[in-house]
Amino acid sequence: MSRDDGNWAKPVKTLDADDRAGAISGNVRGRRLNPANGGFGRLFQKTFQVKLAGASVTPQEVVKTWKSEFASFWPKGQKMFLHATGIAPGEVGIINASIPGAPTMATGVLVIYADDVSFSFMSPEGHPFAGPLTFSAHTDEQGTTVAQVQELTRASDPFWELTMMVPVLGERMQNDIWRLTLRNLADRFNVNGRVESKIVVVDGHWQWRNAKNIWQNAAIRSGLTAPARWLRR
Amino acid sequence: MTTATTTTAADRIDERTLVIRVRGDVTAASEGPLMAAFSQAGEKTRAIVLDFSGLDYMNSGGIGLLVTLLVRANRQKQKLLACGLNDHYKQIFELTRLDEAIGIHDTEVAALAASKE
Repeated sequence: MSRDDGNWAKPVKTLDADDRAGAISGNVRGRRLNPANGGFGRLFQKTFQVKLAGASVTPQEVVKTWKSEFASFWPKGQKMFLHATGIAPGEVGIINASIPGAPTMATGVLVIYADDVSFSFMSPEGHPFAGPLTFSAHTDEQGTTVAQVQELTRASDPFWELTMMVPVLGERMQNDIWRLTLRNLADRFNVNGRVESKIVVVDGHWQWRNAKNIWQNAAIRSGLTAPARWLRR
Repeated sequence: MTTATTTTAADRIDERTLVIRVRGDVTAASEGPLMAAFSQAGEKTRAIVLDFSGLDYMNSGGIGLLVTLLVRANRQKQKLLACGLNDHYKQIFELTRLDEAIGIHDTEVAALAASKE
């Protein structure tokens, strides 16, 4: 038995998710996870960090709070619906994201990994990004606890890649979510934290073989199904 | 800061094939030793076999590192293969769908045979 045995989710062919009160749960059930090599756009490693300077809190305590109150740290307009068990390996989170000028986008994540100082998500086909996303905390050389979000992702299809290239909009849609999340997390520990970002292009090539992913685009599909949802209300 | 408890050894099988033996933990902190071994693959190297028979622990940071390694290998038109994974780590490769991009083989002999294909 490996030391990390209980930290990983079991393999799944496709995601399964029950309905959650108040959530639009489209674009998750029956979808496969999309790895970074299954995406279309450039591959980025994005690292966002906030130092919890002055807070007497360990990395374990930060991650414990982060796991149990995950949704509350997200910026306004972005919602994550989780079971009461919260962040745990194998849990599926339903995401309802607001996009300026568009109906709410329904998508989700699978918690692929969780231990006491980190947890990771992967998203299903159709989600804006393909690849792992890891939330963690550690102690830096000065003994300060640092909270971090790191993604190793590609835009999953040409629509998302082009959206990310639109000045302000693309930045707001993705990077600001993590900057605001970390600011809110720091605030939870009474720290007025400054978020540092490091964005590296790991692979600048588009993967044209994955351009067809656009058929599963969660925003487009959420838009197409929005009238039916409005009629059912 | 997290420190790496990873050791790697690069064994050149022939001009076209390199085996990287990985021991210990594979986490984000393993970048130094893993990339140092990878850098020993020359221009003529066409296949890199990662031997995980000494792997003790891997977290999601380690998976991220393997994704980066895969991208670098693909860019240099090198095939990436793995061997020596126990059932638990095979499942993790399956979960993260790395098994679709990195050829998984039970033994080094099988991986080396596949590297010639």
